[in-house]
Amino acid sequence: MKVTEIAEILNAQIVCETESDSLEVDSAFASDMMSDVLAYVNDRSVLLTGLLNVQAIRTAEMMDMPCVVLVRGKTPTGEMIELAKERGIVLITTELRMYEACGRLFAKGLPARRDSK
Amino acid sequence: MSELLNFHFVVDGTNFTAAGNASGQLKKNLRQLNLAPETIRRASIAMYEGEINMVIHAGGGEADVNITEKEIEIILTDNGPGISDISKAMQEGYSTAPENIRSLGFGAGMGLPNMKRYSDQMTIESELGKGTKITMKINI
Ligand SMILES: Nc1ncnc2c1ncn2[C@@H]1O[C@H](COP(=O)(O)OP(=O)(O)OP(=O)(O)O)[C@@H](O)[C@H]1O
Ligand SMILES: [Mg+2]
Repeated sequence: MKVTEIAEILNAQIVCETESDSLEVDSAFASDMMSDVLAYVNDRSVLLTGLLNVQAIRTAEMMDMPCVVLVRGKTPTGEMIELAKERGIVLITTELRMYEACGRLFAKGLPARRDSK
Repeated sequence: MSELLNFHFVVDGTNFTAAGNASGQLKKNLRQLNLAPETIRRASIAMYEGEINMVIHAGGGEADVNITEKEIEIILTDNGPGISDISKAMQEGYSTAPENIRSLGFGAGMGLPNMKRYSDQMTIESELGKGTKITMKINI
């Protein structure tokens, strides 16, 4: 699914974009615990999180996750925006809560894992 | 075998926001070497988990990364409290991290098992009151 499509489905605001608007993800993972993101994700996933510190972006960077969605209307910190820009990670925010954000993406066909369609 | 490249990083134990800077820099360096993306990913995750551990459990430390044609070797050294029971610390879900660390997104007890999973070889040497040295090797 294209990152631009994700933003649309979530009524989200794109805080920071990358050059390529054709950026795609295979799946999604949702957690406020970066420990779990680091331990469970093994494909090109979008990260949905309510964690409001720079480690959310760091984790995405380490995991090669191209997009981070902040749920519950959280405003990213300056450090988060700076790092996302620097590393070419798309950062978006949605007013939706975690459950609805995940539900909408799942209903539109974005799976939990690439091979579990 | 001759060592091709070495990187040295100092990990500040007082600044949670800066935790991960060394791993971010390492990832950039590895990208420039044109290694396979999966190799870079494994090394980056292992290093990041280790870096975060040094910040939250040991008050900071140092990282040395040695790269040869065959492998990436990551050595993490700290002068923290040490690990009293290594086999317990290696269990998924075991964590001594305080509640405030969990609110920062860490402290699920997944880091050390993850470091082992992403490296081809990992050894932990630790002495109570002295510190911890973790060596990880990732085949190229
Ligand atoms: N460098 C270190 N110095 C001292 N103790 C450590 C160090 N690294 C790990 N430990 C101990 O080992 C335990 C398990 O580490 P592990 O990385 O698996 O989990 P965690 O750091 O507590 O949580 P997570 O990694 O999921 O964020 C820690 O809770 C801590 O007690
Ligand atoms: Mg850890």
